Amino acid sequence: MAEALVKSDFIGKEEPAGVRPFTLLRRPTARTGLVAWLTTVDHKKIGLMYGFFAIVFFLVGGIEALIIRTQLIVPNNHLVSAHFYSELFTMHGTTMIFLAVMPLNAAFFNLLVPLQIGARDVAFPRLNAFSLWVFVAGALILNAGWFLKAGAPAAGWFGYAPLTSKTFTPDISADLWTVGLQVLGVSSIVASLNFITTIINLRAPGMTMMRVPVFTWMALITSFLLILAMPSIAIALVEVIFDRHFGTNFFEVSNGGQPILWQHLFWIFGHPEVYILILPPMGYISEILPTFARKPLFGYPVMVFSGALIGFIGFGVWSHHMFTTGMGMVATSAFALATMAIAVPTGVKVFNWIGTLWGGHLRMRTPMLFALGFIWMFMMGGFSGIMHSAAPADSQQHNSYFVVAHFHYVLIGGATFALLAAIPYWFPKFFGRLVNEFWGKVSFWVIFVGFNATFFPMHFLGLNGMPRRTWTYDANMGWNTGNLVASLGAYLLGLGILIYFATIVWSYFKGKQAGPDPWDARTLEWSIPSPPPEYNFAVTPAVHARDAWWYEKHHREETAREHTAHARDEAAHGGIHMPGQSWYPLVAAAGLLVAGLCFANYNLTGSLIGLGLLLAGVYLWALEGPGGYHLHPEESGDPAQK
Amino acid sequence: MDAATAILDHPHDPSTATGIPNKKLLLWAFLASDCMFFGTLISTHLVYRQHPPPGNPVATQVFDIELTSFSTFILLMSSLMMALAVNAIQRGKVKSMRASLLTTAFFGLVFLGCQVWEFWHFVYEKNLTITNSIFGSTFFTLTGTHGTHVAIGVLWLLSMYAYSFKKGFSERNAVDVESMGLYWHFVDIVWIVIFTAVYLLEYVYPVASSAH
Repeated sequence: MAEALVKSDFIGKEEPAGVRPFTLLRRPTARTGLVAWLTTVDHKKIGLMYGFFAIVFFLVGGIEALIIRTQLIVPNNHLVSAHFYSELFTMHGTTMIFLAVMPLNAAFFNLLVPLQIGARDVAFPRLNAFSLWVFVAGALILNAGWFLKAGAPAAGWFGYAPLTSKTFTPDISADLWTVGLQVLGVSSIVASLNFITTIINLRAPGMTMMRVPVFTWMALITSFLLILAMPSIAIALVEVIFDRHFGTNFFEVSNGGQPILWQHLFWIFGHPEVYILILPPMGYISEILPTFARKPLFGYPVMVFSGALIGFIGFGVWSHHMFTTGMGMVATSAFALATMAIAVPTGVKVFNWIGTLWGGHLRMRTPMLFALGFIWMFMMGGFSGIMHSAAPADSQQHNSYFVVAHFHYVLIGGATFALLAAIPYWFPKFFGRLVNEFWGKVSFWVIFVGFNATFFPMHFLGLNGMPRRTWTYDANMGWNTGNLVASLGAYLLGLGILIYFATIVWSYFKGKQAGPDPWDARTLEWSIPSPPPEYNFAVTPAVHARDAWWYEKHHREETAREHTAHARDEAAHGGIHMPGQSWYPLVAAAGLLVAGLCFANYNLTGSLIGLGLLLAGVYLWALEGPGGYHLHPEESGDPAQK
Repeated sequence: MDAATAILDHPHDPSTATGIPNKKLLLWAFLASDCMFFGTLISTHLVYRQHPPPGNPVATQVFDIELTSFSTFILLMSSLMMALAVNAIQRGKVKSMRASLLTTAFFGLVFLGCQVWEFWHFVYEKNLTITNSIFGSTFFTLTGTHGTHVAIGVLWLLSMYAYSFKKGFSERNAVDVESMGLYWHFVDIVWIVIFTAVYLLEYVYPVASSAH
């Protein structure tokens, strides 16, 4: 037991004495400044960088959305060209899904998972840095088109074949899209492998699976969805890339290719992707509601199993995106039934959240407002989702603004509201300051009203026949008022987001100082100082209950006794082992960036140079070894010590 | 980590919550993911196989099943050598492990050689290319992806061989060799599926001729 306690942060082999690992670039040790950020392996710094890039792309995607709404504000508008409009909606969708919501979730995985399970870092810290930089590389490749003659990708976020073929997209915008997504897929899979290992293997003593906080459970399920769903789109993208670069026939109808295959492969990824986007938000909500309702989460095991069930059924519903392709009665019925079935565990979750609130002493702070908004808005999106599951109804709604309304209710009203709840909730933990309550609440109401004004009218526009992705429309279609309201709502929503992030930035400098546990919360991240020290836990916690920190708060003597014993054990074993910083994750990711950009430009030499750089990075990374150093927070009288 | 740990309990790692070494767990998860990669490619091949366009090559007239059976056998034997290598390092026998690793890599190279010859033969003698038919597209992409996996495996084996000369390489590195072994066996098992679904299937259930 003592051995296990001491080594719960152990991440590799100890180097035998007298053996020096081979390092080409000197191992960086900078603790501040640019080098520290570029070479960091600290999950908290990596999480913050994920968050930073995600918010930047969230704002970029938002600007794209505002241009779209401005184009549609009046009929027969010619503000932007039809082709530019296609670029806008393609990049808006791709950006929001792959470069905003997914990495923002990844940011919270990084920030919270090790803290919630009582670990000192993820299982593979350098691999974690690699995921971050590969994500940045993929984002750059995807957006490179804005600055090139070819323009940005314009085939829609699901890039249906044969739109991405050489015939219909002769320029390299489709190559930037396919290669960019491929690189992002590498990042997602690598990060997920790391989180699966971390959550299963790095739990503190006593943190059994059924004591793991629901957010971390959702991170685990999401990671499994990612490693199992990403390959499908990866191979589909390989097929498009081969068609474009090497003249294969996967989607070339004249040679026996079938574009419908793309739809299947895309949605086998695409539907689990929906749950990849929404399961982590369900996790934030499951952490925030109990804290502000002053009650434990209602039905913890059911919450966990519903999440797993959603993930599982999520792989069997993809063809509900394809009801109008003529799959035949059996397939259509099967996918319709599976889609209706997946509403059950989702509904169970909603009832459990309501059960958590029921009889609680609700404290209406900013995160709580967004969390409550999430429940309501997500349900709205869920209801229109159930309408889609009926195949006959779906064929009426297919490709209309009704669908646009539906998925924005689940992705903004759902995923984004939850993220906007999570940011002010965990902000004090990582920056040591509270987000301003007054402006936080103002931003909530502006966002809430703006969001509904934007997307509620779209239900009616869709049912009145307005097709999605339409560049402009005629004045006599009866769509004028709806579009006007939606566009004005979008400006209000944009204003709300502006207030929200301005409040966050203001709070970073001027917010009220927060202690370690400003919300009187229940999970382990609140047991350590804000912001957390680089080693997270001065002493590896021992977990006795599901709400581990709550238990500690109510068993102070027992906890103190244990801490002293564990501290002694750890000191006897050489203190806290910290992984060393490294240049190589960045070098390897840079290789992937060079290879990706050159490959998309049909430049073979450059691609090979990039791959060589990647390979060199990987080898030097392996030879360098995990390295690291030991810390003794106890002896140095670190103020982090309680 | 010194003389006190002379006898290592290989399947168990006391530093993790489950006792499974982190590297091994990561690799298992990666293999789950890789299953989906190959699953998608094999599905693509099987779906397109059912819908041959006019003029699609007849697989059995292209294949050289004797050669492929031979290379399949060699790949299976390489798994045996890989298992011996893992066993050797777990008992601390570095020299014996090196011999088994080299043999594994050699068998892998023989397999790759057969594949190169097969591709060459198909392209220049059977006129099957990646561009001239849907069968060629799915066949070369699928078997080429598998060949790339084998090539990466050979590179990994040879790198491990070289690394084993580094001072301090010992029984403590068993988990590294074992993880590599997991990958190698997986690539081997995938080949058994490909050999069955892509090659043997054509002899048992040939697709109705495309003369419609």
